[in-house]
Amino acid sequence: MLLIPCPHCGPRSHIEFTYAGDATLRRPADDAPLAEWADYVYLRDNPHGPHREYWHHVHGCRAYVTVERDTATHAIVTPGGEAS
Amino acid sequence: MSAEPFRLPSGGAIDRTRTLAFTFDGRSYTGHPGDTLASALLANGVRIVGRSFKYHRPRGVFTAGPEEPNALVRVGEGARAEPNTRATMVELYDGLVAQSQNCWPSLGLDIWALNNLLAPLFPAGFYYKTFMAPARAWPAYERIIRRAAGIGAHVPHADPDRYERRFAHCDVLVVGGGAAGIMAATAAARAGADVMLIDERDTLGGHLRGERGGAEILLPYLRELAADKNVRLLPRTTAFGVYDHGTVALAERVTDHLGAAATPSLPRQRLWMVRAREIVIAAGAIERPLVFAGNDRPTVMLASAVRTYINRFAVLPGRRAVVFTNNSDAACTARDLTAAGVEVAAVVDARAGQAVVATTGRSLRAVAISSIDDAGRPIDASRWIDCDLLAVSGGLTPSVHLHSHTGGKLTWEETIAAFVPGTGAANIRVCGAARGVFPLADSLSDGVRAGGVAAQALGLKPPALDLPACAPEEPWSIRPLWEVKSARNMRGKRFVDLQDDVTADDLELAVRENYRSIEHVKRYTTLGMGTDQGKTANLNGLAIVAQRRAETIATVGTTTFRSPYTPVALGALAGPETGKYFEPIRRTPLHDWHAAQGATFVEAGQWLRPRAYPRPGESFNAAWRREVLSVRGTAGICDVSTLGKIDVQGPDATAFLERVYCNGFARLPVGHGRYGLMLREDGIVLDDGTVTRIGERQYFLTTTTSNAGRALAHLEYLLQAVWPELKVRVASVTDQYGQIALAGPRSRDVLGKVADIAVDSAALSFLGSAVTTIAGARVRLLRVSYSGELAYEIAIPAGHTVAVWEALLVAGQEFGLAPYGAEAMAAMRIEKGHAAGAEINGQTTPADLGLARLVSTKKYFVGRRLLERPAMADAARPTLIGLTPVDGVTPIPAGAQLIADARAKPPVKMLGHVTSATFSPTLGRPIALALLTGGMARIDETLVAASPLDGVSVAARVVHPVFYDPAGERLHD
Ligand SMILES: [Zn+2]
Repeated sequence: MLLIPCPHCGPRSHIEFTYAGDATLRRPADDAPLAEWADYVYLRDNPHGPHREYWHHVHGCRAYVTVERDTATHAIVTPGGEAS
Repeated sequence: MSAEPFRLPSGGAIDRTRTLAFTFDGRSYTGHPGDTLASALLANGVRIVGRSFKYHRPRGVFTAGPEEPNALVRVGEGARAEPNTRATMVELYDGLVAQSQNCWPSLGLDIWALNNLLAPLFPAGFYYKTFMAPARAWPAYERIIRRAAGIGAHVPHADPDRYERRFAHCDVLVVGGGAAGIMAATAAARAGADVMLIDERDTLGGHLRGERGGAEILLPYLRELAADKNVRLLPRTTAFGVYDHGTVALAERVTDHLGAAATPSLPRQRLWMVRAREIVIAAGAIERPLVFAGNDRPTVMLASAVRTYINRFAVLPGRRAVVFTNNSDAACTARDLTAAGVEVAAVVDARAGQAVVATTGRSLRAVAISSIDDAGRPIDASRWIDCDLLAVSGGLTPSVHLHSHTGGKLTWEETIAAFVPGTGAANIRVCGAARGVFPLADSLSDGVRAGGVAAQALGLKPPALDLPACAPEEPWSIRPLWEVKSARNMRGKRFVDLQDDVTADDLELAVRENYRSIEHVKRYTTLGMGTDQGKTANLNGLAIVAQRRAETIATVGTTTFRSPYTPVALGALAGPETGKYFEPIRRTPLHDWHAAQGATFVEAGQWLRPRAYPRPGESFNAAWRREVLSVRGTAGICDVSTLGKIDVQGPDATAFLERVYCNGFARLPVGHGRYGLMLREDGIVLDDGTVTRIGERQYFLTTTTSNAGRALAHLEYLLQAVWPELKVRVASVTDQYGQIALAGPRSRDVLGKVADIAVDSAALSFLGSAVTTIAGARVRLLRVSYSGELAYEIAIPAGHTVAVWEALLVAGQEFGLAPYGAEAMAAMRIEKGHAAGAEINGQTTPADLGLARLVSTKKYFVGRRLLERPAMADAARPTLIGLTPVDGVTPIPAGAQLIADARAKPPVKMLGHVTSATFSPTLGRPIALALLTGGMARIDETLVAASPLDGVSVAARVVHPVFYDPAGERLHD
């Protein structure tokens, strides 16, 4: 069980969270080319090592918390802040 | 023969003042508090306790601990029976009932022992080799194999016991209450840490409890720990897994040892999830067997187990013993045997070039001894020695399992011929025998060291600690002896893995067949794949593989250690969340009213919704059909409190909703509502609902019941991660409001009687909203319809819902107002062709659902860009249509596939599928909705709705999906 640092609630067990994906994605402009939109919606890296990601504190304050987690060790490298 | 003929007249840590009765295979025996089932069976002279997995060879108790590979028995009766229980871990209680496993018709006469004679048929990989062909005979083969090879049978009853789950935190969790663990806990506790000390046995003390003098020297420390309020001691508790960020899972056996005397208020077992800042692993070591011909007979037993049965249980595992060892523990084993009055016929020490090369007897009668060379080959004529007990020790293997669970590395340590923990998680310290530190004095100080390091890591100052005095020991020495080769004229299987019946020859065969990775050798031979996971077998096995491949053991490496360390009852893992406690049940504010009216309920996610209100003598079908006709004819009310409700507030609320919904909201005036369709970024419909503007900066949203959580998370994501600059807040108010749908041509008349405002068409037009007071409660009205009739939805502060509901019923009595349930509502929505969960299925676009006209072209919204993909406009996409049976009477099964020709041979081209089906009380015939490729272009075509699983095919005509009032005239007057 990961211990996820929530900026509002403090360190909480990951069973209170839902994984909410890659936190480095930036939504393209509304009229950006289709290919850019397809990348945003469908294309994900699968990094081995540090990864910035969102964890949604659904059973807590409902913040989308950003953390940097090492996907190989599950170590939380950079305790996160609020989303974006 | 006297009771317990193998019990010593004095000594041991058993309570001789009390006698416990138990049965094994139907025969009655006695034992004492302090006994395990294994020690009590041995005290009674029961040597054969089970049959082996593959060859059905008689097997006896082999160890005195959790690593037991042989003595697996079924304990308990009926639904409480538990198979594959280790007799060495079962504490004896009065009335215990145990059965042997894996034998038929009885333990003494087991016809499957024939397998032993057919052994050439069961080499490594026999599953793959013997039963290759013909494929269609496999089911028969499998049935035979499953009967012949296997261990305990499962118990086909629901588990009647209760299990608890507990979460806990501590500074230092010490796993293992032996010498090292007790010293580590003492050091950490004296430094001021909050400590948990756990041990899988009934009492702390570790292996010393099985040695002469017992754990006496540890008692002062145990007393100190027990008195310390910052220390929690948990005996009968196994740490079976170490997970990320300091999480350790513990299985505590709370009442297993009490039998019928268990306090009913206590759970059977308790699963602990402990978050520890520091973890000290003092899990000890497990003695290894030696591999030689006939090494599986009862009573060949680990030397440490022999000492334990004598010293702790005052039980003689035999009367005339041979000790066979390759390390320095031979002396104390022989000493303890002699002290207990057992004749030690020989000490066979591999360090002096001696080995046991064969055994004989169904239960051990004699062993053959030879000199061996460095490769373990017998080099002279063997001599036989009569004995009924062979104590074996192949060295000690540190229990590195928990260290390895989080990816800790292992290092080969030549001086002890075993792997020891290498680098590992930063917060895990291993100490004592688990680190390969075997001499007692060294282990004690290693425990103090580990406890001190843990305390220091927490910023505490470890105190000075005097070590208990202990007797001098000879230095640990071992001569690795991984296998004794068979003497030329003496055959016999040389078992490596007793539980899985894997022999040294099986391993050799696997290597010869070029299995390279130890992980593959394991799976091919089944080495270490039993319920004991090869605790006594694995190191010998991989050493033999290494020798055959002429590689070092370190090069071959180990298989992966995974949790659980020992088997955990599934009930303990499930905890209390079973049956109706599996997840929360959500009830609406009107639930008790529905129940009192005799409503039937249906589950919708976690919600219970009233399905229909059958009157006395009325069938369910008659009830909901009556309810539909009542709504269509006069009026009805329905509890729709389960709809998701979201409060949206802020200066940018309008701008936000413009982006969230694919239809337009900019010109929605205060006091009006609108249907809203929400898409995902990929252009697929996420959810639909209503949006009511209740202020310049405030909206009230409803979502479908099933998507309430998803829709809220979606809005939160957009606000927090995508557009944090928008000044908007969203909050779920689902539980704060009850919601009632009032529908039917007379609904306005009913509402007019109870509302304190005008509700005529001019005052409250279609999609108009207003606040009024009903039954003393301030409620919000939205004139909106799901049923297709003139209708209103009323949002009520939850605590007032029943009062409003009852006021409506009283007011509606003169018009024939009746409550209607989810079934009537579902039928009416199919009559109206509204898409619901079966159509909003994560694959459909607005156009697929016939809602293309709603999609705004004047603004950007979530999902717009990818909705513009050419594939989203493909004419072949399955789109929503209606179906009606050609014969007008046959129901169309939901889920049926739509095909062109009922007689077509498979594979048949599937054109779509039936998503929703019902009988339409309004039309008096079955109707259905479907997603059909080509959709509305196929109107009037006749297709076949085929449901092969039901054996049903129905000829159906494609029609417009709105079966009732397609012009929507009934909504607007
Ligand atoms: Zn939080």
